Amino acid sequence: MDFTLSDEQQMFAVTARTLLGDTCTPDHWRKMMERDDNTDPERWAEIVENGFTLVLLPEEAGGMGLGELDFALIAEEAGYVALPEPLIESAGVAAPMLAALAPEHPLLADPEATIAVAHPLNPVVVDADRAAAILLERDGHAFLARADQVRLTPVETIDPLRRLFRVEWDADNAEDLGLADWDLALDRAALFAAAQGLGLAQRAVDMAVEYAKERQQFGKPIGSYQAVKHHLASAQVAIEFARPVVRAAAAEIGHRDVQARSRVSHAKIAALEAADKATRASIQVHGAMGYSWEVDAHLFLKRTLALTQSWGTPAFHRARIAARLFTQPAGPDQTFARETHAAAATREIIHA
Amino acid sequence: MDLSYTPEQQAFRAEVRAWLEAHVPAEPLEHFDATREGFEAHREWEGTLKSGDWGMVTWPKEYGGRGLDLIEWLIFEEEYYRAGAPGRVNQNGIFLLGPTLIEFGTPEQKQRFLPPMASGEEIWAQAWSEPQAGSDLAGVRATAVRDGDDYVLNGHKIWSSRAVFADWAFGLFREPGTERHKGMSLIFFPLDAPGVTVNAIRKINGHVGFAEIFLEDVRVPAFNRLGDEGQGWHICMATAGFERGLMLRSPARYQVAAAALAGLWQDHKQDADPVLEADVVRAFMNADAYALSIYQTASRLMAGAKIGPEASTNKIFWSELDIHLHQTALSILGPKAELVVQPGEHDWLDDYIFALAGPIYAGSNEIQRNIIAERMLGLPR
Repeated sequence: MDFTLSDEQQMFAVTARTLLGDTCTPDHWRKMMERDDNTDPERWAEIVENGFTLVLLPEEAGGMGLGELDFALIAEEAGYVALPEPLIESAGVAAPMLAALAPEHPLLADPEATIAVAHPLNPVVVDADRAAAILLERDGHAFLARADQVRLTPVETIDPLRRLFRVEWDADNAEDLGLADWDLALDRAALFAAAQGLGLAQRAVDMAVEYAKERQQFGKPIGSYQAVKHHLASAQVAIEFARPVVRAAAAEIGHRDVQARSRVSHAKIAALEAADKATRASIQVHGAMGYSWEVDAHLFLKRTLALTQSWGTPAFHRARIAARLFTQPAGPDQTFARETHAAAATREIIHA
Repeated sequence: MDLSYTPEQQAFRAEVRAWLEAHVPAEPLEHFDATREGFEAHREWEGTLKSGDWGMVTWPKEYGGRGLDLIEWLIFEEEYYRAGAPGRVNQNGIFLLGPTLIEFGTPEQKQRFLPPMASGEEIWAQAWSEPQAGSDLAGVRATAVRDGDDYVLNGHKIWSSRAVFADWAFGLFREPGTERHKGMSLIFFPLDAPGVTVNAIRKINGHVGFAEIFLEDVRVPAFNRLGDEGQGWHICMATAGFERGLMLRSPARYQVAAAALAGLWQDHKQDADPVLEADVVRAFMNADAYALSIYQTASRLMAGAKIGPEASTNKIFWSELDIHLHQTALSILGPKAELVVQPGEHDWLDDYIFALAGPIYAGSNEIQRNIIAERMLGLPR
């Protein structure tokens, strides 16, 4: 039993924080919004150069063969800068899915290429038009199609750094890759959404803290008043008790049992609730400034809103936790317990 | 990161489980704050624990412990709560003062005080708060005047848990003329010493579990001072770090309650408001999140880290989850919620009333939020 990150993982997180912090600053956000765009080729080149797109790919597919915990650390830092590029969807969900179905697929040989993924739970697809290909679901099968093989309709979202599309497609005009593990795709996506939620939340708190130290009212910094302190302390508490859940979910995701799914769902709910609490507190602490486009707090609120409802709503994820709680033993000796075969059989009968 | 138990840890769990199954009293003991009999029954249980060397498993062997690490401590606690073993009447001693004594005490002090603490022969109360020094603990006015090899103690302490029946107390006293954080010392005194008067205070659940203590020219040897003269504030903050950070409230306590809540829901969901299921699930999530956080903290401490201001987040989280969990139980019980239960039944009502104290004791949650804001986030005082 060891609940710490390895030295390599801690270094990895620092690398991600530095790279993304340097290449995705408030200045970058503003310039992208002025261009009505959400990408920066220089930043993407650095992300690719540092291997972030290869983390979850197996070594035989040219990847680094690392685990979800390693990628979750990148996702957390991506949340901290509200990263607009589809690093998480492509390298965290779609590429490993493609590698599992077709390890020799030529798309995997180009680390710069992004792959979009249309999961049945999501009505829209992120950055579908720029993707080298889109993974689509029908009857449990995964199909692969290029953007010019499908009909894309742009959909406006409140998040100015997120680009969404509805996708219509014909199975005749796509490559059938066979039965795919859509549940694993969902687990990974929900886990990495949770990790981003931690980053979004911490950035919202950090921004508000900086502002509250500077902004003076009644002759004192507003951060010296308890009402302001307590908003931010409560948000920090929510972050502190979401982070270990995200880390544990990342470490356990490979077990693929009802406990592992429940923990991913717990992570998604807790981290995005922390982000909701933190981003709203951040806007409140910034006062009227927080309600203005000029202050960046709204970007974090909007990304939180988007991630909260994608890859399974809170109700969807709560039902997965209930499935664990009401079909498996609960109690203090069960924190890290795994589903037994007998328990799994019982659950199948209950659900049948 | 490896979230599985080693074969040794699994064997340890089995050993604890077997011992507890053989020794935990079949009938629940009367509460230690309710009557002298209940208190003494719990003292006897502490002696039984000691007979199996389970008094305080993390302490060094020479002081009555087993020298186990924090993960083993968590496993012990999980099994302890799972078995429904009696509450630890000496928690002020074993969980708060004990670790502080191990860090700051002289070898002679450790030898004198730790073994009878681990065995329950000496049960401890905390004597920090005063009528004018609650959240603002640096406002302590009780005095310790050095007289040869002794201190003479005077003052008025209050809200001292267990003090009605306990044997010893550890208190904060200041050198006359000193102010605020300076000049305070942490001094032990027997609660039956000449000049000590203990008056019970009834809690909202009717128990007499805390007390006010009057000290009039109480003479104790200077040997009873922990750490250097004037170092009391520093030592108290170390105790408070343990209290808020790790030892005061085991996650197992809430995981047992959350599992029981899931059972209560299964039994009552035909008649209860369906929206409550979300709260039952939430209670389970909160208890698990607290457990995961404590495993993370334990792992970090074992890797050489120290408890810092983030300890304050724990106290807020467990106290609030406890209230939410028990409020959910009472909502499920509906009109039966207010009914006092028969002995032996699960007492959700009394546990709810107890949970209400959580945001107040061990430093109010308002003070904890100030600590988080100032020391974790760096906001100005």
